[in-house]
Amino acid sequence: MTDTILEVDGLSVDIATPRGTLHAVRDISFSVRRGETLCLVGESGCGKSMTSLAIMDLLPKAAKRNARRLAFAGQDLSKASKRQINALRGNRMAMIFQEPMTALNPAYTIGNQLIEAYRQHKNASEAEARERAIFLLSKVGIASAAERLGQYPHQLSGGLRQRVMIAMALMCGPELLIADEPTTALDVTIQAQILRLLADLQRELGIAMLLITHDLGIVARIADRVAVMYAGQIVEEGPTASLFQSPKHPYTQGLIDCIPVPGRTVPGGRLGVIPGVVPSLVGDIRGCSFRDRCSRTQPICSQAPPVYETPDGQRWRCILEDAA
Amino acid sequence: MIGYILKRLGLALLVALAVSAIAFFLLRLSGDIAMAIAGEGAREEDLAIIRQTYGLDRPLIIQYADWLWQTLKGNFGTSIYFKTEVSKLVLDKLPTTILLGFLALGFALLISIPLGVLAAVYPNTWIDRLALAIAVVGQALPNFFFALILVMIFSISLRWLPVSGSATWLHFVMPTIALGYYVAPAFMRLIRAGMIEVLSADYIRTARAKGLPAGKIVFKHALRNAVVPVVALTAVQLGFLLGGSVVIETIFALDGLGYLAYQSITYKDFPVMQIIVLLLSVVYVLLTLASDIANAWLDPRIRVA
Repeated sequence: MTDTILEVDGLSVDIATPRGTLHAVRDISFSVRRGETLCLVGESGCGKSMTSLAIMDLLPKAAKRNARRLAFAGQDLSKASKRQINALRGNRMAMIFQEPMTALNPAYTIGNQLIEAYRQHKNASEAEARERAIFLLSKVGIASAAERLGQYPHQLSGGLRQRVMIAMALMCGPELLIADEPTTALDVTIQAQILRLLADLQRELGIAMLLITHDLGIVARIADRVAVMYAGQIVEEGPTASLFQSPKHPYTQGLIDCIPVPGRTVPGGRLGVIPGVVPSLVGDIRGCSFRDRCSRTQPICSQAPPVYETPDGQRWRCILEDAA
Repeated sequence: MIGYILKRLGLALLVALAVSAIAFFLLRLSGDIAMAIAGEGAREEDLAIIRQTYGLDRPLIIQYADWLWQTLKGNFGTSIYFKTEVSKLVLDKLPTTILLGFLALGFALLISIPLGVLAAVYPNTWIDRLALAIAVVGQALPNFFFALILVMIFSISLRWLPVSGSATWLHFVMPTIALGYYVAPAFMRLIRAGMIEVLSADYIRTARAKGLPAGKIVFKHALRNAVVPVVALTAVQLGFLLGGSVVIETIFALDGLGYLAYQSITYKDFPVMQIIVLLLSVVYVLLTLASDIANAWLDPRIRVA
């Protein structure tokens, strides 16, 4: 048994558009160890959702995936057959989506949808699957779980539906849970509850989690390690504490300056802003993709930036060896 | 659910009543019953006697009330042309038409569901194009013409199937195909459009993320949501198949309600016409009701309304 549950090496996602090929994800590499939480952060459109869909082989038809190696528990997914992928999906690797309002099928009861994956993968009886579903619904904090099984998605609130989605993802006891902005579509009060739930479950069940978010507040609370994505690339990654204490890449620094911190941010003072917009991802980007928005750009930034690494595993892609 | 059905049933009754009134008055506007009974060139005195005997000299509204009361009591009157009870006439022909209607519907669904699903799962491929071609031909070809082509091929050239009559099941093969093929394209397009929309839904991605096999995703998760509008169309089309089989029944001399309607119009047989129109409208209303109930069952969100 290897220590690494997910190994991504040189993953690219290209989408054919009428204006040319959009390189949504550009040659990114990272890995997730068993039982750890890796957060993938970045602005909208930086390729983080595409990354998660690429891992689950759920990309839209127009998108093409390429990877030197994309391995789950040592098995290379890029060489696996559809059948082998289906045997893993929903079973050993599960996913939670951003939109709980539309991610459940309106025509079937919660129970029906919870049970089917378990029966599919575990060859279990209806009764066993029901029992497991009730157990997990109570686990994710849903009261009177047995009655909920007979309800339809439209009878539940957004927060409840996301709890159902989490229970559904946990049905087969996955080793890796991919959560793509699981709280973005929810009320702020519910967001905190769902996040705590995810963090608790992750710790209790020892699942590895790949959490995709644009909210650095979330990252600081539950991530073991962070990977910051910008324009389809990972520009910096490292242990959460190091990354927040001494961000090396100007983009990471900019992101951290954007969050208000009680006690540090002056009341009424201005929060940081990163000027400009994300560059177009159609066609090639030469050099550093952040240089048009960076305050410390130098002529050399038009060439591919080097990658630096500290002993504790913080890595960044910038000409500045130590920006701080 | 029970309250919902009762509410819809009450509405259905009102609609049927309104249709019966409209049909009654429209038919009365279309010709003189006394003339139809007496025949062309009858003397004015004879017409007057007939009017008096049949109560046709009374105000139209009274006649309608009388007819409605008699009809509700189950007394459908006597055919002017066939000289027999209308109820017996209609009941004799009804099974043939119902059988043909359901056979045609079954045939239409049998070809349109697989073709619609395949076209949606493989859009813009040769499968999709083939389905489109079949649909276009079915829609463009008048069904009497298609029926004649079938007769030429299967009866005259190959001698496999009988041309006319309703004695054996072989007699129903060509009418079923001719009638069913005519309504199939509407189903096929609706299923294709519905499936394409549903297949891009978030919950399909969820189903794929669960590792379900493709067949289960297409037939359990997608088709169930895509058939909701199809059910409504099924009811309307079945009404069309029951009422609109006039041409096909006439071509193949199938002794059904459509053929009877054709005859009653030809012979100005008012009592028969009226009952057939009423019967078809009631069937339409009931089918619409059935489709609403089926929709409520298929799509739990509608049940609340």
